[in-house]
Amino acid sequence: MTFKYNNVYINETATITGPYEANGPLAKYYDKSYKDLYFNTKTWELAEIKLIEESIDLLLTKIGKTKFDVDVLVSGDLLNQIVATNYAASSLGIPLIGIYSACATSVLGLIIAANMIEKKQIKNAITSTSSHNNAAEKQFRYPVEYGGPKRKTTTFTATGGASAYLSNCKMGIKIESATLGTVVDLDIKDVYHMGAVMAPAAAKTIFDHLREMKREIGYYDLVLTGDLGKYGKDILKEYMKMEYNIELKNYDDCGTIIYDITSQPVYAGASGPSCAPLVTYSYIFDKLKKKEIRRVLLVATGALMNPTMVNNKNTIPSIAHAISLEVVE
Amino acid sequence: MEKNKYKMLVSKHTPRENVLKNALIAFIVGGFMGLIGQFLVDFYSYIFNISTSDGATLMIITLVFLGCLLTCLGFFDKIVHFARCGLIIPITGFAHAVMSATLEYRKEGFVTGIGANMFKLAGSVIVFGVVSAYLFGFLRLIIGG
Repeated sequence: MTFKYNNVYINETATITGPYEANGPLAKYYDKSYKDLYFNTKTWELAEIKLIEESIDLLLTKIGKTKFDVDVLVSGDLLNQIVATNYAASSLGIPLIGIYSACATSVLGLIIAANMIEKKQIKNAITSTSSHNNAAEKQFRYPVEYGGPKRKTTTFTATGGASAYLSNCKMGIKIESATLGTVVDLDIKDVYHMGAVMAPAAAKTIFDHLREMKREIGYYDLVLTGDLGKYGKDILKEYMKMEYNIELKNYDDCGTIIYDITSQPVYAGASGPSCAPLVTYSYIFDKLKKKEIRRVLLVATGALMNPTMVNNKNTIPSIAHAISLEVVE
Repeated sequence: MEKNKYKMLVSKHTPRENVLKNALIAFIVGGFMGLIGQFLVDFYSYIFNISTSDGATLMIITLVFLGCLLTCLGFFDKIVHFARCGLIIPITGFAHAVMSATLEYRKEGFVTGIGANMFKLAGSVIVFGVVSAYLFGFLRLIIGG
């Protein structure tokens, strides 16, 4: 399902990160980074709530508006019952659409908000996403201090909160079109190889987008996937060629850009709902605004993993949502 | 694409783990742990003039204490990153597994947090340790008489 937009823009964004991201190559593009993974709170969960709250506060300051000016907040995260979102929204008091699409949440949020703005149901919206490495490790894997050995294909959940302000005011970055993904499951059960789980979903969404928009892949100056990691990237390229006969040339993955994967202890690269927006809202938007690139297809990828289902020997389904971002002419 | 064909594509792009290197490190580190353990047994038996089995008990207490202390100070996970199974398999790894879970859940309360979760990782070790101890005990009884 593809939507076209004539009048939706991302006017401003705000990004907050933890120490690993601040030690990465994109450090200078973030609005704020903390050295402490607790973000001056008492638990990992409270830290993640703070990531959303503070990124929205910062965003409102940047655009010179108050929370009373915002029509809708579309937000999601990785924690059970999307608690980071719900608790942040509770202190903010903006009407909330809470969403879950694992690490594809950021783009799903943009699509929902853009559709409502395009149809003039609302004047503006904020979309938010967060993830916290330790909160995710605690929920999905082992206790943080355990630090057991992991395989090379494991990805490292990024810590950060990213928010964007959308309206029909012609300023910032234009949302040109978007494609909702379908859930794909190619029978992968390996929780330490999420790139392999998500690559087919990314490929299908890219193919559907190009077909429905009647475009060639060369239309985009950059195709950017969310968090496939180093090995998932190679899998996607070959899968895309074999399955759809599409050669990905100007292609990269946010999970491999956000960290220096050769020197930082992040295995195959970053993952997590905040990975794609942290890279896009900072580094990629900077390139778009400087007009070094003009058209970007952001494909956020999400592994819809549930530990109970995996323990019961079920496979891991995955989803990817794509959004086409352009320079405002 | 068929599921089997995709699995082949995935395995083509999946790097091999350095099994030999990891095993070698685990062998050396684990062996070194054994050396320290033996030294402690001899040390305690000599100093306190007690039997080797009593010395072994004191050695276990010492190693478990050190494992827990290093976990609490935040070093153990960093050492494990290098030493891998060399430190996870000995008694130090067991202490570490219990301690790291305790630290993780301490903020969720004594009963609902620490009590309910401290054996999250080590629980299976205890269960199957006890089961296999019984099993081999019976086997020894039958075969050895």
